[in-house]
Amino acid sequence: MELNLTKIRADFPILSRKVNGQDLVYLDNAATSQTPTQVIDVIADYYRSYNANIHRGVHSLSQEATDKFEQARQNIQTHFNIPKSHEVIFTSGTTHSINLVAFGFGTLLDPGDEVIVSALEHHANIVPWQMMCERSGAILRVIPMTDDGTLDMHAYKELLNKKTKLVFVNHVSNALGTINPIEEIIDNAHKVGAAVLVDGAQACGHIKPDLKKLDVDFYTVSAHKLCGPTGIGMLYGKEKWLNKLPPYQGGGEMIDEVTFEKTTYADLPHKFEAGTPNICGGIAFGAALDYMNAVGFEKIGRYEDELLQYTTEKLTQIEGLRIYGDNKHKTAVISFNLDGIHPYDIGTLLDKMGIAVRTGHHCAQPIMDYYKIPGTVRASFAFYNTKDEVDTFFNGVQRAVAMLR
Amino acid sequence: MTVEQVQDEIMDEFSIFDDWMQRYEYMIELGKSLPLIETKHKTDDNIIKGCQSKVWVHADMIDEKVVFTADSDAVITKGIIAILIRTFSNQPPQDILDANTDFIDQIGLKEHLSPTRANGLVSMIKQLKLYALAYQTQLN
Repeated sequence: MELNLTKIRADFPILSRKVNGQDLVYLDNAATSQTPTQVIDVIADYYRSYNANIHRGVHSLSQEATDKFEQARQNIQTHFNIPKSHEVIFTSGTTHSINLVAFGFGTLLDPGDEVIVSALEHHANIVPWQMMCERSGAILRVIPMTDDGTLDMHAYKELLNKKTKLVFVNHVSNALGTINPIEEIIDNAHKVGAAVLVDGAQACGHIKPDLKKLDVDFYTVSAHKLCGPTGIGMLYGKEKWLNKLPPYQGGGEMIDEVTFEKTTYADLPHKFEAGTPNICGGIAFGAALDYMNAVGFEKIGRYEDELLQYTTEKLTQIEGLRIYGDNKHKTAVISFNLDGIHPYDIGTLLDKMGIAVRTGHHCAQPIMDYYKIPGTVRASFAFYNTKDEVDTFFNGVQRAVAMLR
Repeated sequence: MTVEQVQDEIMDEFSIFDDWMQRYEYMIELGKSLPLIETKHKTDDNIIKGCQSKVWVHADMIDEKVVFTADSDAVITKGIIAILIRTFSNQPPQDILDANTDFIDQIGLKEHLSPTRANGLVSMIKQLKLYALAYQTQLN
């Protein structure tokens, strides 16, 4: 049972458009994935049929919107195997989720406490923690990376000690595609009593994690990385942690009682969902999960691996091409450079050929510093990409190289 | 030649191309004739912000005309800055300040004019004009 690519591609209207007069070849899925008609219809239907504010209306529309929104929360709970539905917090995405935890966790830290980040992170999983450390006086330690783009797990274990309170790593590196050994990271952190946050932004469109089994303390997701809309995502937190953390933002919806003397906060999940949420986005997030589950994550994983192998074999035929993060355990991301050619030049010429890739430091400057490069060209794949597109991309890179050398 | 005359000349050169590949190949060629910045001026202070690739620019005033030199680590960017410098270099500072850059659109590089474009063409123009403004102030 393999993927029916013809049927799948027909679900994504954008894939049939032209860019610069050429058929679009979209290989920037790590930045954002495309949206299928099934999700677009849910978004349109929300505004056409039952747009209303949720949780406090007595009228029918409000109830309908509330039901759909809460149904989406349950979809998310089921998909990620989250023990309790109130452990699913709707946020605007991974960046918001991380900031929420960093803000609250900082209040639990004492000066001299230690927290651990990895060298493979996106800026969104670095900067909020640096801000937390500035506020709390905690010390930031870094798990170093190695040449093949993986984490030095021996060094990680050395870093852990009684003072370690929190470890934050991504499940998958956005710049290189490395799948980090999060099970091992979590187990080891728990042995010294530290909590773990896993940034799942780059994993969620390719891997279906079982959060209960992982026993992770926090996990973050952005819906637009899994065929949902931008501006919506989730934070999973274990109930015991979410109860410990103070609210991140104040406002409506997150309160129990408000007086000018003292306000008490609402129960989970509302304590962390101040104001009117992205209702339509939340419902569409649920629809995106439905869509991807109908395609099937196992099939997606197998097919994307095949695409990765196929592309890697092709690209390595090009003289002077170096792939960064050349490890066996990664998602369908290829980050590369060509001898003597700036990634920006390759990206610009590919764009003229209708091929969308990302160039630059991918918001992961520490990785670029490690390799001593200004950036890379990154081609990142989704299950709707085809081998024909890989061929077009391969020919495009060769054409660009011929122009630039 | 005035700024406008140089721009006309460039538009003329580009008019013979009928597809983007030829235009880009020519732009890359033009980058090779860029008056290169001296190594001592290739400092971080002289890097134009807002470009994904590095662009260094330096300006002198010789006989009341601004003379630009530059370099970039990306060849397309080098071509773009070469085109700009060809129009602005050896011109009186006031003429540089008054010049418009609509010819960029005419030579088929319109996409580079967007202020959010990572190559920072807009930042480059701004930086060249800032040099001209500084020298114009000296003349006043």
